[in-house]
Amino acid sequence: MMKRSFIRLVLALAGMAMMFAAPAQARVEININKGNVEPLPIAVTDFLSNNELGPQISQVIAADLQRSGLFAPINKSAFIEKISDPNRSPRFEDWKVINAQALVTGRITREGDGRLRAEFRLWDTFAGQQMTGQQFFTQPENWRRVAHIIADAIYKQITGENGYFDTRVVFVSESGPKNARQRQLAIMDQDGFNVRMLTNSKDIVLTPRFSPSRQEITYMSFEGNQPRVYLLQLETGQREVVGNFPGMTFSPRFSPDGQKVIMSLQQEGNSNIYTMDLRSRTTTRLTSTQAIDTSPSYAPDGARIAFESDRGGRPQIYVMNSDGSGQTRVSFGDGSYSTPVWSPRGDLIAFTKQSGGKFSIGVMKPDGSGERILTSGFHNEGPTWAPNGRVLMFFRQNAGAGGPQLYSIDLTGYNEQQVKTPSYASDPAWSPLLE
Amino acid sequence: MSRIEISAMSRMQTLARNPAVIALTLALALAGCANKKNLPNSAGELGLGGAGAATPGSSQDFTVNVGDRIFFDTDSTSIRADAQQTLDRQAQWLQRYPNYAITVEGHADERGTREYNLALGARRAAATKEYLASRGVPANRMKTISFGKERPVAVCDDISCWSQNRRAVTVLGGAGM
Repeated sequence: MMKRSFIRLVLALAGMAMMFAAPAQARVEININKGNVEPLPIAVTDFLSNNELGPQISQVIAADLQRSGLFAPINKSAFIEKISDPNRSPRFEDWKVINAQALVTGRITREGDGRLRAEFRLWDTFAGQQMTGQQFFTQPENWRRVAHIIADAIYKQITGENGYFDTRVVFVSESGPKNARQRQLAIMDQDGFNVRMLTNSKDIVLTPRFSPSRQEITYMSFEGNQPRVYLLQLETGQREVVGNFPGMTFSPRFSPDGQKVIMSLQQEGNSNIYTMDLRSRTTTRLTSTQAIDTSPSYAPDGARIAFESDRGGRPQIYVMNSDGSGQTRVSFGDGSYSTPVWSPRGDLIAFTKQSGGKFSIGVMKPDGSGERILTSGFHNEGPTWAPNGRVLMFFRQNAGAGGPQLYSIDLTGYNEQQVKTPSYASDPAWSPLLE
Repeated sequence: MSRIEISAMSRMQTLARNPAVIALTLALALAGCANKKNLPNSAGELGLGGAGAATPGSSQDFTVNVGDRIFFDTDSTSIRADAQQTLDRQAQWLQRYPNYAITVEGHADERGTREYNLALGARRAAATKEYLASRGVPANRMKTISFGKERPVAVCDDISCWSQNRRAVTVLGGAGM
């Protein structure tokens, strides 16, 4: 356990000769603040390599870009030019004629020490210029990750926003019939690959959430028939109970600085919100009502907290300062509002809304204005934000015998897609993107 | 040429892939299992024999002749009139057989969010416990636990099932023991 091999992913800007022509302002760009964006036609060529890895990496890049809804990868059978040297300018005419506004070329080679070298270049075909070029070194088993990093670089270059492809999702993997459901914590890449189970027991486990460092997960477990909040170190598998509270603790999340876990504590019929400082072990009570206060979520600057309370009758969203002062109701629409989650950009709060027999996922500004419903149906629940604040993942249970499954949807309400998992899945939580 | 090390990210991936880590996680989980009994089903879920056959004072007697569960209206934690009758019988029985410690399990139907329903189930369990205490069952014999919407007994997509799942079950020597 003590010995661990370091996999270093070294990012190097491949400046060099081709960069001379790069313009300060690229012509190919997507404004993702607009509603229904027309996807940008892009040609992702097979990366040159002496094995299948080149085409496989290109495929992952193209799939990432396509699922974002902002790009339309062009079918390879339409390509005219066959790229033989990724360091030479392509024949732009050959790409313009198939309407590829952007072109991705690359090469995978093996270093003497066994590492992979992955190089790529992104071209603006109509301007006839390279937009960016980078290279990465990594261990061969990390090839999917390199593909996601390249897809993020392309996304950022063209949209001006950070990508979210080199990220992971923790979730509850569910199997078995509804009245005897087994649940385990699981982790996967955001595209549904590399699924691994993190727990293996019959105890109910719920609501896993990433720490800002991506190294820890806080979640709830019914271990020993004592439903409580736990901390799991991904590195070591070490687990610990968070705090020593005289009742059920649930609905945990990290503070943005990773120093605290915020959660609900149930005592008799009431649930209130507490924080525990992970270093000093100090606990602080933030709400004090004869009601259910739960689902706390910090604003990214840590100054405010959104939460859900039924103190006014039905569950509604409230916002308070991080010391518990200034508790203010912000949701006033029809129905009830639950599971507020503050956007990593700070500009919106996503929520689950229950109204008219339907469960919807929506967003509102932190003051409650500008509510928009993104998707609605029999049962949609538990949104989580991609780290760039542009995409939400949630779980959906359709009417009928099956179980919950994961979906993603753009902030604009377009481009809803299922995220396929090996079995039923719920409670997704998206990881941060490390800079 | 600028170089940016992003080893922290890859470290997570390395470790999560490390078989030793997975093995340890597994070992911890298994150890957890060995230290406790699996959660028993509520007696009412076990498929009971004929009502008359139950030995007085047995858990079967409690489930069949007294009734181990009460039901709630949507989003409500009020003890209904029919539930009061059941709880009155439970209180009498529990006073006649004082050796049983009990756990009151609170449950919610699936028409709510996970976190809220955990709290709602706890509130139902607490209301049930409080009622039993008011009818003379010592509070120190009673524990509560909420399973939220995670343990439905009836599985369908309409009110006929949801109304059976909004429940509080009094379990003799039950889950929390």
